[in-house]
Amino acid sequence: MIVEIGHYALILACLLSFIQGTFPLYGALNNRGRLMALSSPAAYGQLFFVTIAFASLMYAFVVSDFSVANVARNSHTLKPMLYKVSAVWGNHEGSILFWALILALYGAMVAFFGRNLPKTLHVRVLAIQALVGLGFYLFLLLTSNPFERVYPFPMEGNGLNPLLQDPGLAFHPPLLYMGYVGLSVTFSFAVGALIEGRVDAAWARWVRPWTLLAWCFLTAGITLGSWWAYYELGWGGWWFWDPVENASFMPWLVATALLHSAIVVEKRDTLKSWTILLAIIAFSFSLLGTFIVRSGVLTSVHAFATDPERGVFILMFLFIVIGGSLLLFALRADKLTPGGLFAPISRESMLVINNLLLSVAALVVLFGTLYPLLRDALTGDKITVGPPFFNIAFGLLMIPLILVMGLGPSTNWKRADLKGLSSRLSFVFAASVVVALALFYITSGNDIMAAVWLGLGIWLLFSTIFEWAERIKLFKAGSLKRMGRQPRASVGMTLGHLGLALAVIGMAGTSYWNTEYQGIMSHGDTVSISGYDLTLKDTDGIIGPNYSAVRATFDVSKDGISLAPLSPEARVYLTPPMPTTEAAILSTLRGDLFVVIGEANSEEYDKWAVRLYYKPLQLWLWLGVAVMVLGGLISLSDRRFRMGSPKGARKA
Amino acid sequence: MRMFAAFIIWLMMSFSVLAVGVDEVRLSDPAEEARAQNIMKQLRCLVCQNQSIVDSDAGLAKDLRIIVRERVIEGDDDQQVLTYMTSRYGDWVLLKPPFDGATIVLWLSPFLLLMIGFFVIYKNQTARKTTGNSVPLSAEEKKRLKSLLKDKGNK
Repeated sequence: MIVEIGHYALILACLLSFIQGTFPLYGALNNRGRLMALSSPAAYGQLFFVTIAFASLMYAFVVSDFSVANVARNSHTLKPMLYKVSAVWGNHEGSILFWALILALYGAMVAFFGRNLPKTLHVRVLAIQALVGLGFYLFLLLTSNPFERVYPFPMEGNGLNPLLQDPGLAFHPPLLYMGYVGLSVTFSFAVGALIEGRVDAAWARWVRPWTLLAWCFLTAGITLGSWWAYYELGWGGWWFWDPVENASFMPWLVATALLHSAIVVEKRDTLKSWTILLAIIAFSFSLLGTFIVRSGVLTSVHAFATDPERGVFILMFLFIVIGGSLLLFALRADKLTPGGLFAPISRESMLVINNLLLSVAALVVLFGTLYPLLRDALTGDKITVGPPFFNIAFGLLMIPLILVMGLGPSTNWKRADLKGLSSRLSFVFAASVVVALALFYITSGNDIMAAVWLGLGIWLLFSTIFEWAERIKLFKAGSLKRMGRQPRASVGMTLGHLGLALAVIGMAGTSYWNTEYQGIMSHGDTVSISGYDLTLKDTDGIIGPNYSAVRATFDVSKDGISLAPLSPEARVYLTPPMPTTEAAILSTLRGDLFVVIGEANSEEYDKWAVRLYYKPLQLWLWLGVAVMVLGGLISLSDRRFRMGSPKGARKA
Repeated sequence: MRMFAAFIIWLMMSFSVLAVGVDEVRLSDPAEEARAQNIMKQLRCLVCQNQSIVDSDAGLAKDLRIIVRERVIEGDDDQQVLTYMTSRYGDWVLLKPPFDGATIVLWLSPFLLLMIGFFVIYKNQTARKTTGNSVPLSAEEKKRLKSLLKDKGNK
């Protein structure tokens, strides 16, 4: 019964989104107040009904109602409660419903916080939001209904992939989806502005907090997934450039560009049509990512054929949303008046370079991801575009980006003085080169690229701190007071850049200096790696709620001093039967010691497959991203950027 | 980033990925073993996604590792081993796509896109500079300008 209520609520939400997406739009065109007044209540109603739909699906998972096909396919009575709940969004139908829920949530937030927007813009933004939602509701109801019953129903469910039974991954999709879908708001604002034919500083000020919010979620979500891959997949990698990762990374790159170009629109009233285009592209990437991954087209070109209904719907939907908005852009972009001019050396130019590099990077990732697919479809040749390609192509683009990142915040708007800029920062640059070379020397020069990347990270770190110190006139009277009075948006910028600097240093360390050992160990054997001595002390069989495992205990010591023992596990889950590894990690600022144990050798007693890794500065990567997100949140709390604040309280 | 369903699909395909792939037979010369490992890092595990045969414990990856070690013992240099592998499995086995006529567009895409980007920006800026922000005067404004200029001339 509850499941049917959910199904019915979903249909109601679908109808409401149709109403919200059409009548108010017509009302805005003809200035009919009553039709326009429909839009906010419809947005709240939509949220109400989707929430009911989602809650009833969750209920079905919690009580393990296997008469619902989706629950039977993806759940199991033995699963811990957390994973019964997270299984709701851990499958195709449920995750699309989750998308729709978040979309409606954002719609209601725009309805609420946007009350001070010009009426017609508000109505139009909500209408676009509703039309995107309509596509999702139709997709759910017509091709991927999560409420479908099955008869006769099974007594037990199939279970969830054991790898996904992890707290990190339980929270990874909600964060990621908050990010993906957050970009829909920016998209709706962009399309709304195109219909209105007006983009100005006020528009940029309304759009920025939404972009920033989406960016924070996206950053946190991507990193949580990466962290999960690091500790769960058991070979110590944290980024694989696999299509699923790329699908989330592309919107992130474009959203980052958008975040910066919106600043130019706000402060200098220029780059307007470009910013609109970026907003459209950012959301297109998140749609493309969601659906390309969902359709399975990336694992095989033939996936479309196995499920043509969904495939055709997805193609049509993408075509309408992306094609339609780009067409509107082509028709209306020249209506946007170009704004202030700027010199080749200016903050604007720096941000243009930032935008160019980030956009090209996103396109290269897209091209690299789709290239094997295109080639297979066109010529039938099979080719792999693996991590080495992305590391080279993407890395090359990031080098100038980081160089410019160090300069940008110190550059004046409109026209900057190149001489002054270089005289102020050449010292910082020289210092970073010296530190990088020194590190290169100390580490006995294993790879020049290690020095390049470390140098870039250090340059970004130094130049960001330098700019901040200059801004607050550090070491001069009243610097503490000035530090406290910095607008939160600029504190956020400083932290964002600082965080990236730490992350780059971490990436360089863990990519170029890592050491590994793999081999067979017996009880009492000792292996040394990067100054640590590990002795295999013990192995125990243990039984978990839905798995059995072998837990090994390693005694760890460094320079003769014993540290806490490490206990990696090799688990075998029951449903579906599958082996997984639980790595044991000793994290310090210097580096991570990472231990994985495999199953016992079946032929000989007391032989254990062991992999040890030492990953220098790995922790810096995670900390760096945390600082970036913190910066985003602080910037978001700036009172000038309160969502939908009618006018800027003051200029910075 | 990692959306669940796709993960489920590819992890099911290649779930043996997760077991710890440690070979018992390793080359006795550490230098040779290191060279073999380095070659293995460039070869794709044929049944996994974007994973090298070093990191994978799929049965096929294990077989490939054995082949690589054999070739290394035979005295092949790195390139010869890679050529041997591509002759058997095609370019698909290389994680890094070769630079040839068919992949030139791929490899050059960053530069091409950057150049297009710079060109568009340059065009845009110079176009803006010549026209600037100026909006042509309306007929009324022209008339007023003319009369103002005339006034000045009379004095």
